Amino acid sequence: MSVWDEITAASAERILMLDGAMGTMLQKKQLEEDDFRGTRFADWPSPLKGNNDLLVLTNPAAVRSVHDAFLNAGADLIETNSFNATSISQDDYGMSDLAPEIARASAIVAREAADAWTKKTPEKPRAVLGSVGPMNKTLSISPKVEDPGYRDVTFDEVKDAYIEQITAMIDIVDAILIETVFDTLNCKAAIAACRETFETVGYEKPILISGTITDRSGRTLSGQTAEAFYISIAHAKPWAVGLNCALGADEMRPHIEALSRVAETRVIAFPNAGLPNAFGEYDESPSDMTGQISPWIKGGTVNVLGGCCGTTPDHIAAIAKAASGNAPRVPVSPKPTLRLSGLEPFQIAV
Amino acid sequence: MSSAATQFINIGERTNVAGSARFKKLIVNNDFEKALSVARQQVESGAQIIDVNMDDGLIDGVAAMTRFLQLMAGEPDISRVPVMIDSSKWEVLEAGLKCVQGKAVVNSISMKEGEEEFLAHARKVRDLGAAAVIMAFDEEGQAETADHKFEICERAYNLLVNEVNFPPEDIIFDPNIFAVATGIEEHNDYAVAFFEACKRIKANLPHARISGGLSNVSFAFRGNNPVREAMHSVFLYHAIPAGLDMAIVNAGQLTIYDDIPDELRERVEDVILNRRPDATDRLLDVAEKYRGDGKAKAKVVNDEWRTLPVNKRLEHALVRGITDYIVEDTEEARQNAERPLHVIEGPLMDGMNVVGDLFGSGKMFLPQVVKSARVMKASVAHLLPYMEEEKELLGTAGTSNGKVLMATVKGDVHDIGKNIVGVVLQCNGYDVVDLGVMVPCDKILDAAIEHDVDMIGLSGLITPSLDEMVYVGKEMQRRGMTMPLLIGGATTSKTHTAVKIEPAYEAGATVYVTDASRAVGVVGQLLGDGKAEYAAGLRAEYAKSREAHQRGQSAKSRLTLKEARDNAWATDWKAYSPPKPSFLGTKTLTDYPLENLRDFIDWTPFFATWELKGRYPAILENETYGEAARDLFRDANAMLDKMISEKWVSANGVFGFWPAEQNGDDVKVFTNEGRSETLAHFRGLRQQISKGTSRKPNYSISDFCAPAGDYIGGFAVTAGLGEDVQSKRFEESGDDYNAILFKALCDRLAEAFAEHLHQRVRREFWGYAPDETAAGDDLIAEKYAGIRPAPGYPAQPDHTEKATLFRILDATAETNIELTQSFAMHPASSVSGLYFSHPDSVYFGVGKIEKDQVEDYARRKDMSLEDVERWLAPILNY
Repeated sequence: MSVWDEITAASAERILMLDGAMGTMLQKKQLEEDDFRGTRFADWPSPLKGNNDLLVLTNPAAVRSVHDAFLNAGADLIETNSFNATSISQDDYGMSDLAPEIARASAIVAREAADAWTKKTPEKPRAVLGSVGPMNKTLSISPKVEDPGYRDVTFDEVKDAYIEQITAMIDIVDAILIETVFDTLNCKAAIAACRETFETVGYEKPILISGTITDRSGRTLSGQTAEAFYISIAHAKPWAVGLNCALGADEMRPHIEALSRVAETRVIAFPNAGLPNAFGEYDESPSDMTGQISPWIKGGTVNVLGGCCGTTPDHIAAIAKAASGNAPRVPVSPKPTLRLSGLEPFQIAV
Repeated sequence: MSSAATQFINIGERTNVAGSARFKKLIVNNDFEKALSVARQQVESGAQIIDVNMDDGLIDGVAAMTRFLQLMAGEPDISRVPVMIDSSKWEVLEAGLKCVQGKAVVNSISMKEGEEEFLAHARKVRDLGAAAVIMAFDEEGQAETADHKFEICERAYNLLVNEVNFPPEDIIFDPNIFAVATGIEEHNDYAVAFFEACKRIKANLPHARISGGLSNVSFAFRGNNPVREAMHSVFLYHAIPAGLDMAIVNAGQLTIYDDIPDELRERVEDVILNRRPDATDRLLDVAEKYRGDGKAKAKVVNDEWRTLPVNKRLEHALVRGITDYIVEDTEEARQNAERPLHVIEGPLMDGMNVVGDLFGSGKMFLPQVVKSARVMKASVAHLLPYMEEEKELLGTAGTSNGKVLMATVKGDVHDIGKNIVGVVLQCNGYDVVDLGVMVPCDKILDAAIEHDVDMIGLSGLITPSLDEMVYVGKEMQRRGMTMPLLIGGATTSKTHTAVKIEPAYEAGATVYVTDASRAVGVVGQLLGDGKAEYAAGLRAEYAKSREAHQRGQSAKSRLTLKEARDNAWATDWKAYSPPKPSFLGTKTLTDYPLENLRDFIDWTPFFATWELKGRYPAILENETYGEAARDLFRDANAMLDKMISEKWVSANGVFGFWPAEQNGDDVKVFTNEGRSETLAHFRGLRQQISKGTSRKPNYSISDFCAPAGDYIGGFAVTAGLGEDVQSKRFEESGDDYNAILFKALCDRLAEAFAEHLHQRVRREFWGYAPDETAAGDDLIAEKYAGIRPAPGYPAQPDHTEKATLFRILDATAETNIELTQSFAMHPASSVSGLYFSHPDSVYFGVGKIEKDQVEDYARRKDMSLEDVERWLAPILNY
């Protein structure tokens, strides 16, 4: 049985744990410009501090230590440090050409970490999710106020960048996680990229998809409700669908519940540690966050739990402890019927 | 779900260049803006899906489809519904699929070019996550008989489901609606064949849906719309039970089956159902009779509401904020009503309830609600004389949901938020007694008793107001009052209310109200049947909040003043030579041109004032309240034009530079370059939170001034001279919308003045950054060298420091800005602060401070410990 088969089997028995915030943990290390540059990019013409993905090349030990910390806290699934490892996002640092190399290195670091922990406790296999982030350019929203029809990137450009990223990771990771989706059209390009990559390599890996409800309006940045979002991406036949980032668990509750009511697959939720405070920091404690999540655990709302911005191994350990021994959600199986969506869901009576 | 599970689905057909000459002309002329309005109109008329078709020889289909769909994505009132991407060209369909985030329908693909191409297209549709319309069309042509239609559909279904795993629920068949009554005998059975095919598809092909282009059926009667509409209606009447799920129709033009004259309906039915051989002739015989003027009943969305009954017109005017007809409508309603009061209690309150519901459910936004209130006030103003007249005869008292007293507390002049809450409460049927600004405690409490109000609402923006609110609470307790006390305003918080105010006023409920939209709910709860439970719930909530606060206090590690000073920000001062300003002393700017300030306005806080949260300019395109934001922005700019051209307000400012040097946590200011005679001390407060391992310093503003040879600047500007006069004019005419808008703009202009002057200081007057080019967002993001911290704000939270600043600027004499006893500036639209030039100077928040610093500070300020503790109450950590 492959690692993923074991994970899938376990998902029917218990709530699985995803890791917490890579960015937050790296930030705590207070790495400086030189730490990001390493020797290889010492002379790089632009500043590199903040290019967290690059650390898998220049400081892989730092990334590895974060993976280890989350695995130690009880994570079954860890995400590669490749959120921005696309040619489009890396263009900010003039590093577009390096994107595939970064993506591949991130997969290797995560794989080594997961395998080491699986070896220690073979009864609890650890899997690696190839993290595919939302990019810094969006397909549904114009960057120019004066011309709402304008786009600074095309669907095919986004898809091609994702193909490059996914191809670099596909043979190493156990599944692909398209996450922090604030524009569903970007996500659809990522799904198309998965399909094309699968065809090229000749095998498939499971896809997990997680959207982002950006604020209390209850919509994604591109304006969709959680349910409309689900309908728009259901063709990916995701292994799990869910929400992450932007909101703390309290604010996320109604939306994850809405998703839980309609998703014909597993539900994954990895909220932030609350909303940012006046200093832009996330300061919700592990016990507060766990308290907010516990109704989802008790209510059978979710299958996979984890954390986004501000969540530390302590948060993951606390949530894991609360989740332990509770039954996972059972996916719903509504009668098939034509469902469509604009910003809002649309369904014809069965 | 917005469009709850629906029986029959209308697909809007007007955004189809083949079906609408007008739409085609707009696209050919590249007028996409207007073309969008066609789509919007479709949605408003009830279309649940929008069909977009750009197939025309004159149009580049791929480009037009892409452009139109991308523009539509920015229009939430259109893009909330799914799109049907309609083209006979695959490349247009594919281009369209790459522009829609939702799950769309492709219309259409078929086996016209053979199975292989059909399945290749189907795979792509599946991978891009869309449903597809499959035409009953194969290599031989379009199917006409029921048998052939079904055969093709069945074959396509099996291929799709078995060969490409296409979800059967995403299959929509179009079994071809063809024209009947054409005079050609073979055509007579087309409609019947369609119905029959529908039944067989539904019976044999699970989950598949059926669609069609309705207008084809009546093609023979072009030019006779009443007959065409009757044919459409009758066709649907029979097709829907047979299994038709959706059709492309002009959503605004469907006749109701029962409304068709009997004679016409019978003859149309004969044609559609092919019931007699002479059916076509018999329909032709009567068709002319029903032709009418040959035009469809044009639906004019905009003015149609004028034909509604008067009560509905009043409701519409209230919801839409239209004042144009309000007097004549009110008068009509008054004449219909027994008493003028009944107009208020009836249609006006009904309308405002609709507004309240829409606002409460997030479907209307604050600027729109305030506009509604303007309509309400105009209507009431018309009724008032009649009511006075009646009152003399009867002596009546108006009914009201309750009475709320509102005031900005002593020492504070900020009232935009309070006014908004007042308007929203009035919209919801509450009487509001507004005492205005700078209202002393006694006056508030006396008025509360005099007016017999149900509760008191206090507002304040500056931090000393927090203390004043505590005082009001204490006084209410002492006087034995029990009515609820509402707390609101920018510096107030739930924690402060729970920790400081509620314990002072135990006799009644104390409630923190986050914003205007919450006010109605809170007031309603406090006056409702469950008020006791509500109050008890609040008490429990605040007790929790207090505990959490206490826990937070003990958790954070703090430094002693000495430790904090040891970790002060430091730089190598020997390697630094402070820039010298172009002059020393002060300069006054009188009647500064407002047009110079306009470009410096930071609009984001302006929208926040109206509870539209989001960054400008993105907010104008916000999915939820972009429309409200755009309307507001347009009104704001129109008013700005007037404010500038008609000089509604004038702007004055004074600023200056002096030799200065760091002196511990303070900055010592000298009268002249001799640096022997001390002019003033600007006192600083130092952060005392432990920075742990972060290596970050514990800042005080004095850190940014060199220990020798440096300079400091100061300024006070206002854009609010004349503000009171003009705003009163609006308020007296009942126009709260413009009153609030105007004050918010004055406030923005004052901030813009401060921003603009700071730029000139950096470039010219202090001149340390002559080549700086920061503009727009960079200015707002403070991407420039030097800071302008304001006394009373996070970097130096002591408002009393304004006294020092005003003294050395002689600000009141030079600018007419006055300081209140709480050191708020009057007019409210004023900004003051210090200038530091050091390139590494940054904004920071002092945060909570400990008693050792407060004692030291009191000594330096030569004030009693008690006084200092009062002024610094919000930041004391003990």
